[in-house]
Amino acid sequence: MRSPDSPVLTIDGLIKDVGPLASLDGKMLRVVSGLSLVAERGQVTALLGANGAGKTTTLECAQGLQKRTGGSVSLLGGDPDTAGADLRSRVGVMLQDGGLPPSARPIPLLRHVAGMYQKPMNVDALVERLGINQFSRTNVRRLSGGQKQRLALAAALVGNPEILFLDEPSAGLDPQSRQMVFDLIAELRDAGMGIVLTTHLMDDAERLADYVYIIDGGHNVVEGTVAELLRHHHTADSAITDRTLYFDAPGGLSLNGVVGAGLQVTESRPGSYAITGAITPKDLASLTAWWAERDIMPASLRLEARRLEDVFLDISGRDLR
Amino acid sequence: MSKLLSPNAGPASLPRRIMQQGRYETITMLRNGEQLILAVVLPLMALVGLAVTPLLDGLGGSRVDVATPGVLALCAMSTAFTGQGIATGFDRRYGVLRFLSTTPLGRGGLIAGKILAVLVVLFLQVLVVAAVAGLLGWQPRPEAWLPGLGLLVLGAAAFTALGLLVAGTVRPEATLAITNLLWILLGALGGIVVPADRLPSLLQGIVHFLPSGALGQSLRDAFLLGSVPLPAVLVLLLWTVLAGAAAIRWFKWN
Repeated sequence: MRSPDSPVLTIDGLIKDVGPLASLDGKMLRVVSGLSLVAERGQVTALLGANGAGKTTTLECAQGLQKRTGGSVSLLGGDPDTAGADLRSRVGVMLQDGGLPPSARPIPLLRHVAGMYQKPMNVDALVERLGINQFSRTNVRRLSGGQKQRLALAAALVGNPEILFLDEPSAGLDPQSRQMVFDLIAELRDAGMGIVLTTHLMDDAERLADYVYIIDGGHNVVEGTVAELLRHHHTADSAITDRTLYFDAPGGLSLNGVVGAGLQVTESRPGSYAITGAITPKDLASLTAWWAERDIMPASLRLEARRLEDVFLDISGRDLR
Repeated sequence: MSKLLSPNAGPASLPRRIMQQGRYETITMLRNGEQLILAVVLPLMALVGLAVTPLLDGLGGSRVDVATPGVLALCAMSTAFTGQGIATGFDRRYGVLRFLSTTPLGRGGLIAGKILAVLVVLFLQVLVVAAVAGLLGWQPRPEAWLPGLGLLVLGAAAFTALGLLVAGTVRPEATLAITNLLWILLGALGGIVVPADRLPSLLQGIVHFLPSGALGQSLRDAFLLGSVPLPAVLVLLLWTVLAGAAAIRWFKWN
């Protein structure tokens, strides 16, 4: 569902060329080619794509860090390329590399950034909320990846932005900090902030995003809510009933005739099997009966429904890029 | 409603943002050990060295009277060119410039903050060098302070522009090498602490056109003779404008 309020970000037909590049005989490379998206207030909008799909470049064009070659971008109604301090104060940015000075300590750094705003967030409360006090006496240089990530998020938030850009927000986070960051993102979303994030992790998108744009080759190929993508997008050979059964057992088993003929059986590594397709209860019964006859006890057994990852792989191809 | 989030109330005022950045950059510079060696220890060593050796004898003043204006010029080169250039180069590498340019500070405010920090640190250097020179018997003309400080600011502007030009166009490791090497070369042979007529004749014609030679010479003229040489001022202005324009044109933020 898209909100009727004015969007926080509208990108229409974005084009970005970089170069000239020596590796291309001095020619320009088109990194983003006609990408369009809309991000609403009170929603998490995810740009999902493989490495090199153009996600970060798109974000940087929306933040005014790179000048676009073509297309239009409306950031809170303004143009990021000519944004003044008023517009910048309403936009929070967490860069992929953090952008934090290595010699700084977390709390003085946050107070410094807070000083750029008329009425910033309470730094103490923000520090507490993101667990930054656990490492407040350590230089940025010595922080772990996840600690840096949390500090960069705090620095992006401290000005009470209306739109928050997060480039790969869960990179380097351990499960606890990931939960902490995801809870905070959900809370900010519920408070009305528009959040735009990039990720190549389907799991992030499934857990966080209200609306997903799948990006490939510099433009958006499919969009929708996670549920819509799972429900509607399937190709001829991957229906909604698709499931995958993973199990580990002795290598080299021949399962021909054991499960339904329409199912695809693969042994990715010796002993590591995946059965994909419209698996029925009957298939499960005959498979377990077949194991029982041969006294095979699988070391692991897992059944999964179709996930966003499968949609993504269907769309952008299963080739390693 | 989130407990943390409150409605956005816009940016702090431009002067407050620049003051904030200037203060932050000043503290960062003063807490950096290598920077302090370059900014204070080496200039003081040069001052004492020139005061106890006969290198500057016969130039129309006591050794320390001839040496001190040049050491003040050296301070401007340390802070504005080498120190600020290296700091900016590494800020660029770590994405600090990109991050800060997305905040209300912006690119213009970031540069203004850096210039402010250079001026504050330079002011502190002048206090330290003048105090030590005073102990060594320096007797500056009182009326020379106003033009002298003006020349230091102009020199700092030229060297800041040059430092930003280097920091914004090459890798930080290269910035480190280039600005340190030039500090040594210009410090020894650029007419900054050693006047042009004490340098090899090959260099004498060149140093007047270097920012180091122009700043050293004009400060010596101001403090020793009470005059400000117009050609040297023009050379400094020209370097400021050319390097500033080149930095604006070619500075890469990432």
